Amino acid sequence: MKLTKKSNTSSGQQQGLGLSRRAFLKNTGVTTGGLAAAGFMGQTMIRKAEAQTAVSPNAPKEVKRTICSHCSVGCGVYAEVQNGVWTHQEPAFDHPFNRGAHCAKGAALREHGHGERRLKYPMKLVNGKWQKVSWDQAINEVGDKIQQIRSESGPDSVYWLGSAKHNNEQAYLFRKFAALWGTNNVDHQARICHSTTVAGVANTWGYGAMTNSFNDMQNCKSIILIGSNPAEAHPVSMQHILLAKERNKAKIIVVDPRFTRTAAKANEYVRIRPGTDVAYVWGLLWHIFQNGWEDQEFIRQRVYGMEEVREEVARWTPAEVENVTGVGEAQMYKVAKMLAESRPGSIVWCMGGTQHTTGNNNTRAYCILMLALGNMGKSGGGTNIFRGHDNVQGATDLGVLSHTLPGYYGLADGSWKHWCRVWGLDFEWVQNRFDQNQYNGKKPINNNGIPVSRWVDGVLENKANIEQKDNIRAMVYWGHAVNSQTRGVEMKKAMEKLDLMVIVDPYPTHAAVMHDRKDGVYLLPACTQFETYGSVTASNRSMQWRDQVIEPLFESKTDHEIMYLMSKKLGFSEQLFKNIKVNGSIPLIEDITREFNRGMWTIGYTGHSPERLKEHQQNWHTFSFQTLQAEGGSAHGEYYGLPWPCWGTPEMKHPGTPILYDTSKPVAEGGLNFRTRFGVERNGVSLLSEDSYPVNAEIKGGHPEFTDKLIKQLGWWGDLTPEEQAAAEGKNWKTDLSGGIQRVAIKHGCAPFGNAKARAVVWTFPDQVPKHREPLYTNRRDLLKDYATWKDAASIYRLPTMYESIQKNDVSQEYPIILTSGRLVEYEGGGEETRSNPWLAELQQEMFAEINPFDANNLNVRDGADIWVEGAEGGRIKVKAMVTHRVGRGVVFIPFHFGGKFQGKDLTSKYPQGSAPYVVGEAANTATTYGYDPVTLMQETKVTLCKVTPA
Amino acid sequence: MAKMKFLCDSERCIECNGCVTACKNANETEWGIQRRRVVTIEDGKPNETSISVACMHCTDAPCMAVCPTDCFYQTEDGIVLHDKDLCIGCGYCLFACPFGAPQFPKQGAFGERGKMDKCTFCAGGPEPDPIKQKEKYGANRIAEGKLPLCAEMCSTKALLAGDAQKVSDIFRERVVYRGHKNGAWAATTPLQMSPEEMALKAQALASDASNIIAKA
Repeated sequence: MKLTKKSNTSSGQQQGLGLSRRAFLKNTGVTTGGLAAAGFMGQTMIRKAEAQTAVSPNAPKEVKRTICSHCSVGCGVYAEVQNGVWTHQEPAFDHPFNRGAHCAKGAALREHGHGERRLKYPMKLVNGKWQKVSWDQAINEVGDKIQQIRSESGPDSVYWLGSAKHNNEQAYLFRKFAALWGTNNVDHQARICHSTTVAGVANTWGYGAMTNSFNDMQNCKSIILIGSNPAEAHPVSMQHILLAKERNKAKIIVVDPRFTRTAAKANEYVRIRPGTDVAYVWGLLWHIFQNGWEDQEFIRQRVYGMEEVREEVARWTPAEVENVTGVGEAQMYKVAKMLAESRPGSIVWCMGGTQHTTGNNNTRAYCILMLALGNMGKSGGGTNIFRGHDNVQGATDLGVLSHTLPGYYGLADGSWKHWCRVWGLDFEWVQNRFDQNQYNGKKPINNNGIPVSRWVDGVLENKANIEQKDNIRAMVYWGHAVNSQTRGVEMKKAMEKLDLMVIVDPYPTHAAVMHDRKDGVYLLPACTQFETYGSVTASNRSMQWRDQVIEPLFESKTDHEIMYLMSKKLGFSEQLFKNIKVNGSIPLIEDITREFNRGMWTIGYTGHSPERLKEHQQNWHTFSFQTLQAEGGSAHGEYYGLPWPCWGTPEMKHPGTPILYDTSKPVAEGGLNFRTRFGVERNGVSLLSEDSYPVNAEIKGGHPEFTDKLIKQLGWWGDLTPEEQAAAEGKNWKTDLSGGIQRVAIKHGCAPFGNAKARAVVWTFPDQVPKHREPLYTNRRDLLKDYATWKDAASIYRLPTMYESIQKNDVSQEYPIILTSGRLVEYEGGGEETRSNPWLAELQQEMFAEINPFDANNLNVRDGADIWVEGAEGGRIKVKAMVTHRVGRGVVFIPFHFGGKFQGKDLTSKYPQGSAPYVVGEAANTATTYGYDPVTLMQETKVTLCKVTPA
Repeated sequence: MAKMKFLCDSERCIECNGCVTACKNANETEWGIQRRRVVTIEDGKPNETSISVACMHCTDAPCMAVCPTDCFYQTEDGIVLHDKDLCIGCGYCLFACPFGAPQFPKQGAFGERGKMDKCTFCAGGPEPDPIKQKEKYGANRIAEGKLPLCAEMCSTKALLAGDAQKVSDIFRERVVYRGHKNGAWAATTPLQMSPEEMALKAQALASDASNIIAKA
């Protein structure tokens, strides 16, 4: 093992560690000593003080069941509480997802009970100094200012930026809150996470979510991970992946510009040039088609448009693929053969695939690969899209998005009417809350709002070019890390132009310090999910219930209480809480769950009553670690967390759908087929499936989605009860509030949403068949003649959006190196929460950039030295150089979790006293650049250009 | 009587540092003291391999042999502990330890005379008062019938802890599934075996596995 020998040969290491980025940084980062020591002193002093009032080990113990809030795997946790103090965290060995296991973040969860660096009370910036204020004063002043902006500039000038850290109930309430305020300028991190997945995948076969589950990956024969690094981003998922590798001899293939920690566990590592995913996938399909490895019967029955894909793929000869992606023919063939011979197989992608100007093309190409291999709708197959934050799936489903109401209902009048019925509100009243003018012929109530990725442009763009009355004048950041967004330098300008900034968060965040404002900033302390209770949706669509572990710390309040206080001040609390009981100022969580149960028919969030969710929570041990199905116990036969769609009413007792589009089971037992979402025919060709249907379906083949008319046509109307008939008349499976149409369809074995083919061609998207297009900032100018980007667009999501006009400028001489970004296991998102946790912060104290030794030596950059990384739009960050072969030549990688420094300047002193995180560093996104996907306005964080110079 | 051992299966270790923060969570050691660390060799290269390392609770422990104040002792379960009241912080145990397990507080802020600190297998230490024991040595999970939190929380079940016999039972099962190659040490190019080779290997497995375990 040579541990000591290693340490002797490395520079000045004393701890007997091998060379790793962490040891390296800790030992070379002499300058971090000051900060680390400061952290240490503060922390130990406090620990001493606490120790005097330590809870006696004999104090009665309460055991709470909660779910880790750091990622979407959804690991179970036993939190032991004594005298109100979270004293122990025990592994939940009986939890069906993680069996007690945790990564660094999950294993450090109990630190939330200390919360030493939390924002402790409401604060207000006065003359550049933070001043403590009362909740009353804060809500009154913020409310008055917001009302003033509304009367001057309309409701769209206030932006409600929500969060994937809300639980489901808070997420739903937040979207409803924005609706009743009268704007679609509401969004959250999903926009910059998997928006291109949701759009691309839903437009391929119906729903835009992970199709199988982490557990089901144990059944894979092959797993290809592209733009995904679960060893750092979703470590507990590796438990399942490694089981597949060990027990199933599954082939693990990692495709990534970086040799990641996941790659270290793979059978095959493929290094591609950043931003060439479509070319790579078409390169694989070229070999698959060439050798007849595609699943022809599956394609015949269940895929529309594969012929058009074949035509595009034919262009991607091995030579062209090597030219564009950098991967040679031999390895392309080898991987294609592995996938063909190892079925069923699954594909996994994350931000490496989604955060591109071509994100929607990438996600569709991945789906098409799995369709061609016939890997969809079966155990061990699927597109296993790992979501990010703990509740980003739930917050997406519940519509904290600028382009839809909860449940992907969209923004059409019919969608509003559906939700108004659920809310018990008059549609006219809701409509009148909005700006009544039209912009570009579009009414704000029906027009997509500005997405979170572009709020900066909503502030800075000439207002004549925006499809709303005025610029954004107030930003409410409710659980958002601004440093996870690109174009930091312009963001600072936008912040300084705003009338008002309100930050609602457990921590002050980078947003509190990155600007040079002197006033007009409020910080409102919010609780974490351990100080409240409610439901959360994991990546695999399972909904889990959390207990409250501790009482709110300091003066913090739960998100739903703050929403109540704010809505009361703004005058619409009565409408917002019409069906929801409010105790004092605290809305009842269960009533909120029940309200969304009554409206979320599209994706089957309707069967998840609080009672059923709590029953699952109390019976973790009865659910299988392999299949998630309960054997015996009170939830016998159900799948853990009722993975959506959980059709019909709770009384219907649908068991949840563990694997989407799996025809081997009846719909009533979790089976499904692809959704009829894009009509029933195109150009005279049927889009319905052929000879493929779930077991026991009475319609043996494709069919449209269910409406009252179809039910009548089929002669099933009599199966509805008289009450259901009354409710279902003139309605369809999405709008029938009785659930009768869904119940009767399923009774006859049919999926309520129809039965159609998946489509390989999305005729409503800019590229109908996914195409490779070069990034906006590319140094492969020779490829532009064949793979140029799109033309500029006058308006996407209310804003002009540039493509060609950026790409045509050649900056590759000045900025020759590709800049990409990603995650570290110790930190989450913008990192404010995790960098404020000393157990984690200690492990990663320094922002750094990975650079290949070849480039480092050419640029005279030494390992551990300070360097400037300057992005192609001029944003600069001063970071430590980490010289490593992990990145290839010509590529620099930076992690994006740091904040609290800006272009060389340390901002620690600007945090309210005692609330600066233990570790600060340059935000990666200070150096990132313009670039947005044309379908969802996903930001480009994975390919831009930069230059590196010694500092 | 049990003989407590750790085993880190580097085929499974993904360097997520869960063990490191689990240790912090259980023992609340101060900033700078990590009783357990993950060591990665060939970082960022094709042979990248990680292993989680702490005190291995040696049966014939070199630290015990060399300590000038004889502050070490072994519990009936084979756990190596030390008495911080006797320790003089000389660091001789660090010389002797093959794993770099002994740690020394960097900041003498509160009058500690640089006492050595190391993994206790979550078995506390020689201090009868439970609150003082927790402060001085960390958690005593063994007394509650629980195993070290690092292993209990390991994200991929790479780190195993417990009675050596139980640990080897778990490991043996893995060996049967995946072949033994280099046992728990993964730092070689993955071996691709044909079904025929697998069959031949399988015969050898049972005896090989028990040899490895006997040595563990």
